Amino acid sequence: MNNASYLPAGLPAPQPQSDGLDAPFWEGTAQRVLRVQRCRQCGTWQWGPEWLCHRCLTFDVGWEEVAPIGCVYSWARSWHPVHPALSNRGPYLIVLVELPHAGGVRMLGNLLGDATRPVAIGEAVEAVFEPHQRGDLKYVLVQWHKATARSRSISEPASTKSGRDAHFERRGMNPTSRIAAARWVK
Amino acid sequence: MTERSLRGKAAIVGIGETAYYKRGKSPDAEFKLALKAILAACDDAGVDPRNIDGFASYHNERSDSIRIAAALGIRELRFSNLQWGGGGGGGSAAVGNAAAAVAAGVADCVVVFRSLAQGEFPRYGTAAPVATVSGEMAYAAPYGSLTPAHRFALPAMRFMHDHRIERKALRAIAMASYHHAQSNPRAVMYGRPLTEAVYDDSRWIIEPYRLYDCCMENDGAAAVVVMSAAAARDRPKPAAYLLGVAQGCAYRAGARLLNSPTYATAGFTTVAPRLYQMAGVGPDDIDVVQCYENFTTAVLMALVEHGFFSAEEANEFVTLENLTAPYGRLPLNTSGGNLAECYMHGLELHIEAVRQLRGESTAQVPRATIGMVISAPGVAPASSMILGSGETLN
Repeated sequence: MNNASYLPAGLPAPQPQSDGLDAPFWEGTAQRVLRVQRCRQCGTWQWGPEWLCHRCLTFDVGWEEVAPIGCVYSWARSWHPVHPALSNRGPYLIVLVELPHAGGVRMLGNLLGDATRPVAIGEAVEAVFEPHQRGDLKYVLVQWHKATARSRSISEPASTKSGRDAHFERRGMNPTSRIAAARWVK
Repeated sequence: MTERSLRGKAAIVGIGETAYYKRGKSPDAEFKLALKAILAACDDAGVDPRNIDGFASYHNERSDSIRIAAALGIRELRFSNLQWGGGGGGGSAAVGNAAAAVAAGVADCVVVFRSLAQGEFPRYGTAAPVATVSGEMAYAAPYGSLTPAHRFALPAMRFMHDHRIERKALRAIAMASYHHAQSNPRAVMYGRPLTEAVYDDSRWIIEPYRLYDCCMENDGAAAVVVMSAAAARDRPKPAAYLLGVAQGCAYRAGARLLNSPTYATAGFTTVAPRLYQMAGVGPDDIDVVQCYENFTTAVLMALVEHGFFSAEEANEFVTLENLTAPYGRLPLNTSGGNLAECYMHGLELHIEAVRQLRGESTAQVPRATIGMVISAPGVAPASSMILGSGETLN
């Protein structure tokens, strides 16, 4: 694990499910792309991943890249170390981030930076891709940090697909361009 | 009341428990604890253990019912049932499953039990020593979200934010349990009262939880004997009749990775109305409540969802005075509950509910005839039940 990770080395490493259900997510993070399931038939966003669309019950569910920005739905500050790797870490922040450009689905992560700072429900955040390596095991976590003024202006909740597309269009990107999105997050 | 109801058709006729210990302090193995609690419940019910013909439990109960049946020399096992769902959420559901079995004639004498010796097995409050995780934990453990406290803190924080819940309400819930434990010699925290200052000065586990907002970890076992209402009348002790029981969860409550539409709830939004409908009573009829404390916030949320007060009324309603026996408006966790009697995964709460209806509690509510048990809030499926004394059936 590299030295730049938010939490110390030694926490359990994520592995894709053996049945392949969530492999596209982890393949995406390895390429610095945030992907969420989306129904190819009815357009419903879905997270966590499942084999079929909960709205129209088709198995034709795909993965779509989403703007790596969101807002804090809830948070907690953890103090008590429950794992040996955390024994000298001090407090750390866990956030549940709502993704307004993916139908409001929520993702868990850490909020990077000063762990003692106040956190506001609703505050804008953007994703940071955090690479880890332990022996042959490589994975990239999606973390979050305080949004820049630029990303804040486009992370206002948008209930429709058009909000997300508008984000990419403002950035001059093809909405499906992975490379562009990867570059978007420094 | 429709035909398709369990109201008045089954009863808890016997209760039994071992001594309760701090985690890892039991002199007995977990399986031996289970046997002791079951034998104690049979003794209380006046039932020959060999005549038990069913078992029900929940979560990951490790004391296998087939081994117990063999160990006790049970003549014929006719019902064996383990409720789905994590944690203590299935406690009332398991009693309800037993009640359904005896009411339908599937079995005659079903024991619901839970045994825990955490010294033998990994603790709930620490992370499992694994190198890799997949499935749901792959999206939590790498971020240091490793225990139930982590999992429950975030919906609690959101609920507190949405409804401006004050810490003094959480403190009152913790103090009510400790207050009641001081008159209960069985309680692990007997002789160890909690003051406002001690609560306020206690260390953070994970915000919004201080130490005393979190349940204990304990060793022990508890059991109740469930029989049909007709059979219950012949037992030596007064029976606690099932008035209502409900389990389940709302639309997509199990959506993975914290995406439930009812995320910032205790999970009773659909369960509580069905519970009251079967029981034929409302919140104002409940004399005493036993509510599983995994964390104090979850208790508050569960009481809201069971209609005892609204979220907006919580800061005013949830005071130590209102929550304590004998004369509080809503006596809560009168044995000390998971916080101060024993974390027996909530089954100790059913036992206390029966004691209240028998008039045998160490924090007795005068003339208690209807009691509620709410099993682990925040867990899906959730479950809760209402018990009544014999006179409530008339």
